[in-house]
Amino acid sequence: MSSLTGHRPRREPRSILPWLAVPALVVFVGFAVVPLVGVFALSFTTWDGIGTIHPSGLTSWRAVLTDPGLPHALWVTFLVMAVSWAVQTPLSILLGTFMAGRQRYRAVLGVVYFVPLMLSSAAIAIAYKALLDPNFGLGAGLKIHALSQDWLGRPGLAFGVVIFVVSWQFVPFHSLIYQGGVQQIPKSLYEAAQLDGAGRIRQFFSITLPQLKYTIITSSTLMVVGSLTFFDLIFILTEGGPGDATRVLALDMYKRAFQASLMGPASAIAVILVLVGLALALLLRRLGGRDAGASQLEGA
Amino acid sequence: MTTTLTESRQSQKATHRERQRRSRQKARRHNWVGGLAGWLWLVIVAVPLYWTLITSLKAQSRYYASNPLVPSSDPTLDNYRLVIESDFLRYFVNSVVVTAGAVVPAVVFSFMAAYAIVRGWRMRVLRAVNGLFLMGLAIPLQATVIPVYLIIIKLHLYDNLLALILPSIAFAIPLSVLVLTNFIRDVPKELFDSMRVDGATEWTTLWRLAAPLTRPAILTVTIFNSLTIWNGFLLPLILTQSPERRTLPLALWTFQGQYGVNVPAVLAAVVLTTLPVLVLYAFGRRQLLSGLTAGFSR
Repeated sequence: MSSLTGHRPRREPRSILPWLAVPALVVFVGFAVVPLVGVFALSFTTWDGIGTIHPSGLTSWRAVLTDPGLPHALWVTFLVMAVSWAVQTPLSILLGTFMAGRQRYRAVLGVVYFVPLMLSSAAIAIAYKALLDPNFGLGAGLKIHALSQDWLGRPGLAFGVVIFVVSWQFVPFHSLIYQGGVQQIPKSLYEAAQLDGAGRIRQFFSITLPQLKYTIITSSTLMVVGSLTFFDLIFILTEGGPGDATRVLALDMYKRAFQASLMGPASAIAVILVLVGLALALLLRRLGGRDAGASQLEGA
Repeated sequence: MTTTLTESRQSQKATHRERQRRSRQKARRHNWVGGLAGWLWLVIVAVPLYWTLITSLKAQSRYYASNPLVPSSDPTLDNYRLVIESDFLRYFVNSVVVTAGAVVPAVVFSFMAAYAIVRGWRMRVLRAVNGLFLMGLAIPLQATVIPVYLIIIKLHLYDNLLALILPSIAFAIPLSVLVLTNFIRDVPKELFDSMRVDGATEWTTLWRLAAPLTRPAILTVTIFNSLTIWNGFLLPLILTQSPERRTLPLALWTFQGQYGVNVPAVLAAVVLTTLPVLVLYAFGRRQLLSGLTAGFSR
């Protein structure tokens, strides 16, 4: 305790402040920090999920690292991340800029736009699965051949569907972030640009876009780190299939752990997932000089 | 400190006024590209929602023969009856128990921790605690589910709703603490000082001063966590087993596995499980939406 109060012992000889953080700390350590350490430990063991856990050195790591499934899962994860980012970012910026205005009909549009944000990934995936069914879905009902393909049964199409549904679910959220960002751009910048004779498009590229730099970094960080956790959606839509066309890391981990009962190798995948997440967060932080979390605390 | 505070208040007011002025002017200009994208996106969002809703009201026997985009002339609630008879009331109660049971402690604990972090910023231990929570934001917490599963088994909580509640609290803490610390920081320091002069303890100050002044933030965090936990799928999937312990998203998935070909019934289940959230959305859209982005767009 002396180190706690060492700075200013006169003002608060026995502060209760640190104790106030204890409940949150206990739960967080117990169910997030310990598991995080535990997943490293479990990756050096053999366990079927029910019986006893045996230490087994590098067996799991050797199995995972020599499995051609790993580079494939990493590649699919990267593709989902990159393509969903490339689809969502321009759309969200465009819609966010549009919604930052105040026409009355935009408010009406807004009511519908944000409904997907309220729905669970499970509900969205199940509705889309029914909608895309080649025999009973929307395309088949309308008798439009182009729409009644086996959307989830062919690798390229299934990947496209995953990207589409992800965008459908998350573009509203990112538009909302960009809407806030656009509303914070000082109006004087636009006035000056108008005096200089810059048109709308020029204003967008010379003012709006550069001014949104930090918003873009925040939104991209959330998109990229978030894309590592698209588990529910892909699990229900395709279960990683067809074949392993949409088998991302999180799904790979789940299948190894809870379907194949190989907790050791699954933990090794989880460790890779953590490392990829941390590396991305650090990279994006370097890129922008600050990140979604730390930026909030800079004024402290 | 005093001057910076009043300065920032004034500049906030100024930007607010400026924003109003700006939006008035913007309304007069037209953004064609944005407008086109806006309407197109509306169609993309609305069609699946509309199709889901009208199909859920069609009789299964008529579903295959009807035009999928035309509402049934003879709507039926049979599908909803089937869903409710499939024990969805129980799953609803489970979801409520898990959500309330996780969100209330998550918000209370996070608030206490956030208060401690802001008020005790000079203590190294609290800065370290804050750093630990921030680290939780960068890590995909799904990656920890295998050890969570092990811990839950060791605690003999497998297939118990408490198994869903405990990790949900832990996963909610980092973002909640981050948002709440930001808001508590905005409470003028003189208010804390005057409480102290009056002889109030930290505990009283926490509940009598900080909590009422940051009520919007507490609401925000409550909304965000409620939605996340209400919609959660992975934890129920791996930590429960028996049908009586299902929460709504998991029940929806098993229902779909069971009645897959009965498209109207599956969609009725989709509508029914999202109904509670949509009712809230109808009443408090503004709050819900600001609750969703408050952590990121400030």
